[in-house]
Amino acid sequence: MALLEARDIVAGYGETQILHGVSLVVNEGEIVTIIGPNGCGKSTFMKSVVGLVQVRTGSVTFRGADITAYPPERVVRTGLCYVPQSANVFPSLSIRENLEMGAFIRGDDGRARIDEMFGLFPDLARRPTARAGSLSGGQRQMLALARALMLDPVLLLLDEPSAGLSPAIMGLVFERIRDINATGVALLLVEQQAREALRLSDRGYVLSGGENRLEDRGPALLDNPEVARLYLGG
Amino acid sequence: MAGIYAVFALGLNVHWGYTGLFNIGIAGFFALGAYTAALLTSPAADPLLFEEFVFAGDWAQLGILDLGIDLWFVLALAAAGAACGVVALLIGYVTLRLNDDYLAIATLGIAESVRLFFLNEKWVANGSKGLYQIPQFLEGWLPSDKYNYLYMVVVIVVLAVLFALVQRVMKSPWGRVLRAIREDEVATAASGKNVFSFKLQAFVLGAVIMGVGGALFAHHIRFVSPLTFDPLLGTFIIWAMLMVGGSGNNLGAILGAFVVWGLWVGARFLPGELADPNFRFFMVGVLIVAVILLRPGGILGELRRVTRGRAGRSAVRLDDG
Amino acid sequence: MAAREVTQGWIPAFAGMTRGFGKGLPKGEGVGRGLRALRAAVQRLRATWSPGYAVAAAVAALFVLGFLPFVKMGLVVNGFVLGAIIATGAIGLTLIYGNLNFANIAHGDYMAMGAYVAFFVVTDLLAAVGIQGQGFGPFTFGYPLLIALPLAAAAVALGAVVLDVVVYRRLRNRQVNAVVMAMASLGLAIAVRGLIQIIWTGEKLQLPRESRQVYHLPMDIRIPPDSIFIAGLAVVLVVGVYVLLTRTKIGKAMRATADNPDLARVTGIPTERVIWATWAIGGGLAAIAGVLLAVFQAQLLPSMGWEFLIPLFAAVILGGIGNPYGALVGALVIGVSMEVSTQWITPSYKHAVAFIIMIVLLLARPRGLLGRSN
Repeated sequence: MALLEARDIVAGYGETQILHGVSLVVNEGEIVTIIGPNGCGKSTFMKSVVGLVQVRTGSVTFRGADITAYPPERVVRTGLCYVPQSANVFPSLSIRENLEMGAFIRGDDGRARIDEMFGLFPDLARRPTARAGSLSGGQRQMLALARALMLDPVLLLLDEPSAGLSPAIMGLVFERIRDINATGVALLLVEQQAREALRLSDRGYVLSGGENRLEDRGPALLDNPEVARLYLGG
Repeated sequence: MAGIYAVFALGLNVHWGYTGLFNIGIAGFFALGAYTAALLTSPAADPLLFEEFVFAGDWAQLGILDLGIDLWFVLALAAAGAACGVVALLIGYVTLRLNDDYLAIATLGIAESVRLFFLNEKWVANGSKGLYQIPQFLEGWLPSDKYNYLYMVVVIVVLAVLFALVQRVMKSPWGRVLRAIREDEVATAASGKNVFSFKLQAFVLGAVIMGVGGALFAHHIRFVSPLTFDPLLGTFIIWAMLMVGGSGNNLGAILGAFVVWGLWVGARFLPGELADPNFRFFMVGVLIVAVILLRPGGILGELRRVTRGRAGRSAVRLDDG
Repeated sequence: MAAREVTQGWIPAFAGMTRGFGKGLPKGEGVGRGLRALRAAVQRLRATWSPGYAVAAAVAALFVLGFLPFVKMGLVVNGFVLGAIIATGAIGLTLIYGNLNFANIAHGDYMAMGAYVAFFVVTDLLAAVGIQGQGFGPFTFGYPLLIALPLAAAAVALGAVVLDVVVYRRLRNRQVNAVVMAMASLGLAIAVRGLIQIIWTGEKLQLPRESRQVYHLPMDIRIPPDSIFIAGLAVVLVVGVYVLLTRTKIGKAMRATADNPDLARVTGIPTERVIWATWAIGGGLAAIAGVLLAVFQAQLLPSMGWEFLIPLFAAVILGGIGNPYGALVGALVIGVSMEVSTQWITPSYKHAVAFIIMIVLLLARPRGLLGRSN
């Protein structure tokens, strides 16, 4: 059953239209990756799903409910969490406070969940009072993931989780993504590291010029000669 | 009077309407212009004051030369403009590089400092008592009861000249850059324009116009004191004029000045509570907020020459004039 | 393997130092606990540390040491009291600045409104029900003022929230830029002041007061008891704000929203509620600052708020916009400078002094003394 279904999304900023009708499906427990050239609207698509960018026409359905017009703070409550590409932690808050904010709309104080997160990301547990602004890129990315997981999401949207990281740390992030998925959370990724991402994805989409270009199983996309030529650097 | 205010509205339009500079210290330039003109054209108020000028060094030299000599009116206007221009240059040089909001605070600071200066430095301008009997332009040509008509013509001429000037300037490539800065500073900088330098020029130009307005005011009222330039009549009401008339539109600025001044004066004849100056004060604020909320373009709005829209609602403006 | 590498990044030297430090000492139970607490404190300090604090501390120290020999201590003390008032207003202003991202030009007039509401409560409301009193303890004002203070704070806090709903929220939804927001606040500043003048006229007013003995301290310091009240209340409020920002959920959410409003929204933080809380706290603090200012100056004027804007903003900018601790430091620096300047120049130039300090600082450190680099 489709968990998230976006149909013919048209969106943009001001008078510039960036998405000209993008459709996409994420099923329960899947990892889905969107790849495409710079400026094709990958990030805009994610933002329009979570409500940061207004959808002009088209619809977004999540777990059977139409969330197209929901503001972001309401989208989160439906079990869909989002990690932006950059600036994805609160720099002046400590690690623990960042996680507490992640738990803002939980019924409880989230303490148990924070401990779980510390178990999943041992790095974060080492200095819970450190300001997030003082963390390295990899640590920030981990914290951002942990923050988004505080709400036990059903679907996690990650915008370029590997951006700006060294290859070693990048590998670590992908490892964590796999771990998260293993707990039953579905993931939708936007990635520049198309090869890496497609390898661990169930399915992938290729976006170009604000429209769908291709859709296939992850490994199949990797083998597609056109994709390889266009987006994987040969 | 409305004509004089129209001059200020024009000056503010150069700042806010065209360049997006947030000046909340118009009163400072107002006072500076008025005092400069008054000092240059007035005879020494009394011998004691004259003595003090002599001891006060270089600045006073200027004073001695000019005191008692009825300087040509136009020169006074120019000097008033120049004085404001210099101050604007200094203050703009410091603050225009920074966040927009800082400029607001800085202009507020100038206004306060100018006021305090004229209030406390009695040797300059008689302190809180102010300067009076400022000579008028072409005094004696007409009997004093008719003089106001003559002066009205003078104001209108000055206003027309400034209007033509600003209008011309804003249509020039220079004016286009200013509007571009207002719309999107980063993009303008990216296209190779020195944003800071353009902003500074616009700030100075607007300030010069305000200085001229101040000088016109001084010669009209014939009396200036620090109390004349309170934030209400010196700053707030001018903002209301520009907002009502339509920022970014010179005709709108002038129209707004006449409309708001008309309301201001007209309200005096309203019955009872409504004539209370405090109520009018309150209404000036409400008017500004209402215009921002309901009709961001003012009465006239800006005639769009560039077919590029701003993000958000501001594209709504020129719908039905 | 890779995980190891990441952990190397954790400021290893410093962490190692504290660990080693703990080991080398006797392990008495009490001592151990004390040490742990100490280490935690050090850690917390390190967590919030930034070079800005060092600079600020150095500047403050130089400031004090350099001038001390030439300055009348009484003025310094007065300056701290004035600084406390500025701080009470500036902390609210900087929170609003940080969270809503625009300069609230109406803040001074919110202060004035607070003072007038308190005046109304004391002279009309409470007097009408027979509560009257003058010269409470060693202070010039009566205990009714203590009742009026929270009422004024609540009234202005409520007013600030209502104005947000009526005006600012609509502008936010329209996504106008910061200058238009500031413009609207200018309009509200005028309207609030106009309202004050309609209700209470433009004349000078005085809270009912009684003359009181001034405390004499060594070094020729004279402190009116009122000043002690002002400083004490300001300290309580500052501590209160600190606790609120660091210990409560809404306070942390306020800091998070100030950091990154969009991220706050996708995290599920109800940013509108956070903004209301910010207005309520900022407005309440402004009202109290207004009352304290009225006590300090022994009079109320409709223009008192507008004129206080310069020191307020000077303190905010000095401390780095959005940083409440910075605003506190900035307020004290500005307050002391303003008072001490009167030793050499006419007191009426006080506000110009605040302005000049601000300009000089903007030239030297455009992001403020405690400004973050980002």
